[in-house]
Amino acid sequence: MHPSNPTPSPDSLTRRYPAGGLAFPHRDLTGIGQLARHEILYLLDEAEPWVELNRQSQKRADLLSGLTIINAFFENSTRTLLSFEIAGKRLGADVVNMHAATSSVKKGETLIDTAMTLNAMRADAIVIRHASSGAVRLIAEKVDCPVLNAGDGQHEHPTQALLDALTIRHAMGLPPGSDLNGLRVTICGDILHSRVARSNILSLTALGAEVSVCAPPALMPAEIEVMGVKVFHDFDAALKGAQVVMMLRLQMERMQGQFIPSPREYRHLYGLSLERLARAEPDALVMHPGPMNRGVEIDSQVADHVERSLITRQVERGVAIRMACLEVLTRRARQVPGWAPLGGDRA
Amino acid sequence: MTPQPLVIINGRLVLPQGEPLAAPLRCVGGRIVAIGDDAQAQDGDSVFDARGALVTPGLVDLGVFAIDKPAFHFGGITRAALMPDQAPPLDHPARVRFAAQSGKPDFWVHPLAAATRGLEGTELAELALMREAGARAVSTGRRWIADSGVMLRLLSYCAMLDLVVVTHAEDAGITGSAVATAGEVATRLGLPSAPAEAEALAVARDCALAEMTGARLHIRQVTTARALDLVREAKARGVQVTAGVTPAHFMLSDLELVDFRTFCRFSPPLRADADRKAVIAALADGTIDVVSSGHDPRGPEDKRLPFADAEPGMAGAETLLPLTLTLVRDGVIDVTRAFTLLAGNPAALLGVNAGRLVVGAEADLAVVSPDRPWVVNSDKMAASAGNTPFDRRPVEGRVLALWKGGARID
Repeated sequence: MHPSNPTPSPDSLTRRYPAGGLAFPHRDLTGIGQLARHEILYLLDEAEPWVELNRQSQKRADLLSGLTIINAFFENSTRTLLSFEIAGKRLGADVVNMHAATSSVKKGETLIDTAMTLNAMRADAIVIRHASSGAVRLIAEKVDCPVLNAGDGQHEHPTQALLDALTIRHAMGLPPGSDLNGLRVTICGDILHSRVARSNILSLTALGAEVSVCAPPALMPAEIEVMGVKVFHDFDAALKGAQVVMMLRLQMERMQGQFIPSPREYRHLYGLSLERLARAEPDALVMHPGPMNRGVEIDSQVADHVERSLITRQVERGVAIRMACLEVLTRRARQVPGWAPLGGDRA
Repeated sequence: MTPQPLVIINGRLVLPQGEPLAAPLRCVGGRIVAIGDDAQAQDGDSVFDARGALVTPGLVDLGVFAIDKPAFHFGGITRAALMPDQAPPLDHPARVRFAAQSGKPDFWVHPLAAATRGLEGTELAELALMREAGARAVSTGRRWIADSGVMLRLLSYCAMLDLVVVTHAEDAGITGSAVATAGEVATRLGLPSAPAEAEALAVARDCALAEMTGARLHIRQVTTARALDLVREAKARGVQVTAGVTPAHFMLSDLELVDFRTFCRFSPPLRADADRKAVIAALADGTIDVVSSGHDPRGPEDKRLPFADAEPGMAGAETLLPLTLTLVRDGVIDVTRAFTLLAGNPAALLGVNAGRLVVGAEADLAVVSPDRPWVVNSDKMAASAGNTPFDRRPVEGRVLALWKGGARID
């Protein structure tokens, strides 16, 4: 067990969840913001067996055999798309990828029309990434099957936050069911443009962690402290006491105008070097959702540090988390006992 | 065609001053000719019995984005100043002339000339020629002129021409592509946002330039406490500045944005609740002079999109009057001031002889039941699209009859 690990709340270790479909009474996964604490823990726990399966040489489970999953990515992605594709395939589903670059979206079709088209093809789940905040929710209102948010603008990226929580739980040696009570996490980087930051703030604070965020003022969203985080502009101060340091890249593609003078200057103030890492707790762990800009927000010695860096482990848990989300969200369609269809409005 | 002489009896006249006056009103040749005892019906007059309802000036809507007669008539609006943000923009005398004729006879359009070519904010448009063609004022559109030198020359030129300059107050260098006001809601939703102070900066600069040039400046929407303070101070110094607002900014705050409701995407965006309250205070103390609809009907192709990709604006003509009357019910203003905000002041800014019940004015009249209840229904609106954030809201105040130039509009 990790020496400075957090102390899970006693109630979280009971792993008692509401029965059947009440454990996760949502049709879609559009954001961590829609989830209660126990629902986050439920998804984490559901991912545990998939972590094990993924380490076997035989990785197939045929739970979703016969189902069709569409990965509709309106924004470029490599790792998230691949992760969802592998997750779907390991569960035995037929997985189809739609890239915006090769789709009719480029021909002027509206997002709603695209959504209706996907819906008419009778997908059993649709995974969506889109450059605009709220786009996934808009599509979810229009289609009949579960929708998973794979990142919408600067709003949310829920599966990333879930895989980060699971990675931390494993790295800290915490058993299934544990929350992250008392864990001190510092998130540093382009908070303003980051959906990963928002989802992680929601998830980590819900799980009891103490979250600090650090960025230059121009990259810090207004009134972010209302989300229950401490705000820092000085990285060294933000690192003090941190048990987990989560680094984010500069999202140049979302910046209009200049937000920082130069990458070199950014590295000087906010780059995570081994020296800087020493200001955190002695055994602090380092995370990064990728893609990394080595030599800007994170030095290679840190990124590749065998004991401290969790970056490849995050990617590994990503597949398990996405398998869990796909499996849980398709239970109603698969008529899993206890998972009656949801009535009324989409939750 | 001259309309038949008209006498409205049993109405309570909303005159420019004082309490509503129970008195008849008579119109001949499209103008008000008598109010009170002189206004007796004569042989051949058409007589309308208002049955105790208010008789008011037809509303003058300063700053609409589309000519949408059914919606305007539903809302008691008889004249509207058309924003230059058309496709193509109203930056040419021929387009202004066409727009000025587009509503007649039962609705008058007063085009606002684009201040700069293409509304690009760089070269002045042919403002004097557009004035000849029927432009009643000049507008920067839904944009900010970033170059202060251009703005200075624009204001001094318009001071010479005695044209009001209608501006949009958002410092675009700060707002960029923002679609929300910086704060908790925008942060949680991950929406591109800009600080509310972008408005105060714009107001400060434009008031300073108006003071320097003696130009008449009308800031179409002032929506933040800081900017309203600046307008208040400028007025106290004698600067010829007036301010307007639309009901959205005194009815709603940025909390409405949760769920990414694109019907609440406006330009400027909805503000914090403290700013909404400051707008109400400014309506009460006279800092705000005009309430307009900003009518901009938008169909699903413009609104059923992710929030940041949707077009701003709302279909506001039908709800302008009842939402303004909520201020009367709440005791913020009296009914006389409500119609000064909705008709008298905008008519004066445009220099048209309407908007007030006085002898000699155009007989643009409405009979209004101020407390008749109805429910806004975005599916059944007179407007060409139902993009209202007030869907399902019960409101009070309905136009029972409307005349333009003494002729009844059915």
